[in-house]
Amino acid sequence: MSALTLTGVRKRFGDHDVLRGVDLVIEPHEVVVLIGASGSGKSTLLRTINLIERVDDGQIFLGGTDITDPGINPDRVRSRIGVVFQHFNLFPHLRVIDNITLAARRVHRQRPAAARARALELLETLGLAQKAREFPDRLSGGQQQRVAIVRAILTDPELLLLDEITSALDPQLVGEVLDLVRDLKRRGSTILMATHEMAFAREVADRIVFMHEGRILEQGTPEQVFDAPVHPETAAFLEREGRSRGA
Amino acid sequence: MRSVVIALVSSVVVVAALAVAVVTSPGWESVRSSFFDLDVAISAFPSVIAGLWVNIQVLFVAAAAVAVFGTGLAVLRSLRGPVFFPLRALAAGYTDLFRGMPLLIVLYLVGFGIPALGFFGRVPVVLWGTIAIVLTYSAYVAEVLRAGMEAVHPSQRVAARSLGLTHGQTLRIVVIPQGVRNVVPALMNDFVSMQKDVGLISVLGAVDAVRAAQIEVANTYNFTPYIVAGLLFVAMSLPMIRLTDWVSARLTRRQQNGGVV
Repeated sequence: MSALTLTGVRKRFGDHDVLRGVDLVIEPHEVVVLIGASGSGKSTLLRTINLIERVDDGQIFLGGTDITDPGINPDRVRSRIGVVFQHFNLFPHLRVIDNITLAARRVHRQRPAAARARALELLETLGLAQKAREFPDRLSGGQQQRVAIVRAILTDPELLLLDEITSALDPQLVGEVLDLVRDLKRRGSTILMATHEMAFAREVADRIVFMHEGRILEQGTPEQVFDAPVHPETAAFLEREGRSRGA
Repeated sequence: MRSVVIALVSSVVVVAALAVAVVTSPGWESVRSSFFDLDVAISAFPSVIAGLWVNIQVLFVAAAAVAVFGTGLAVLRSLRGPVFFPLRALAAGYTDLFRGMPLLIVLYLVGFGIPALGFFGRVPVVLWGTIAIVLTYSAYVAEVLRAGMEAVHPSQRVAARSLGLTHGQTLRIVVIPQGVRNVVPALMNDFVSMQKDVGLISVLGAVDAVRAAQIEVANTYNFTPYIVAGLLFVAMSLPMIRLTDWVSARLTRRQQNGGVV
């Protein structure tokens, strides 16, 4: 069974069609990278998957559950998905350790001591254990984003959604965050991520999905999409991206 | 150092000029004897301070009730979705009504109107006074809290809901704590304002500091007890006023420093 299946997903805001029928299947342990220009629908697609936006049409299956069924409990669905945002969105009034263990304690009803122990273990592997008692604003952007990733994975979600997680970081802080994503891939996480880091996408993706004006225009292995794009729009986008990075 | 000296000298000059003006005024002798009589002040002090204790009790009970009721109203007003329209409208109507109506009139309506309905037995007037203050101040505090909650960035809600927290948990754990932090100075200011408004319960006949002073005035034909009560109210509010200033200054400093990001 697939980890995630989207069939004919449509979403419009006012008279603007943001998603115009998206079909996508993600297998367990697969890392799928969404690329495409700003406004192509990448973020909206991610937001429909964790039900922050409701689809207007189409279906989304998470591990066999139709999560677009109106009778579904959206909180239960969201508790099965880990999300990391561009701007980290840590809770500024909670200490790092309380940020990380919040869902484990309040949603998954784990014993606080057990949640803390697991959180500290993860922070330790990232060299952030001494930051556990700090408030988020005492951390660098890269540290905050890694804490946000730990917060998302602490409860072992079946799917991780990463939305432009390095876009708000200083260039020298991007590396430490990407290292952590490599690590997640090694551990077998199922990941759907949107990014503008083309070099990283090529390295880490099992599959690249190119979105254009609310549709998936082309998808394939990184070699297929980056080295031999079939669609002229894909080639044009990659050309623009390459130029803007000075490559 | 130089600026301190200048400030000191100019203050002394101004105060001295004012004092001279008051003391040399034609009516000063009669004002002094009817407002600043030390013997009357000393004899009135025990009953006025006993009355102030009533005000302090009312203040703390009312503050606790306002915190609960005001938060409830703020939450109702922030509910989204057409289903909640009646609740939202009710809360909005409530805050409009009680922010507009003078506290004195609320006191009369609650203190004389509700007992006249005859539903309740003998309820102390202090309690009606407390209820009137809670009704009025909850409306103010609810609006302040709502502004604080609306200033919490929507991405905080999205992050909380994405973790699987329910709407209620998101409010309780993420939005309200941050919203309150956003408006701490305004809330403390409302508390300071409430400290003196608890003196208005005297109009219902509750023997608080103001009423006790009034009784003493009636006995002595001398207004000094009002000065005693007034100074006691000021003394009661000073710690909170200073604390409010300190907290506001601290928050401003923190915001201007900015964070790491």
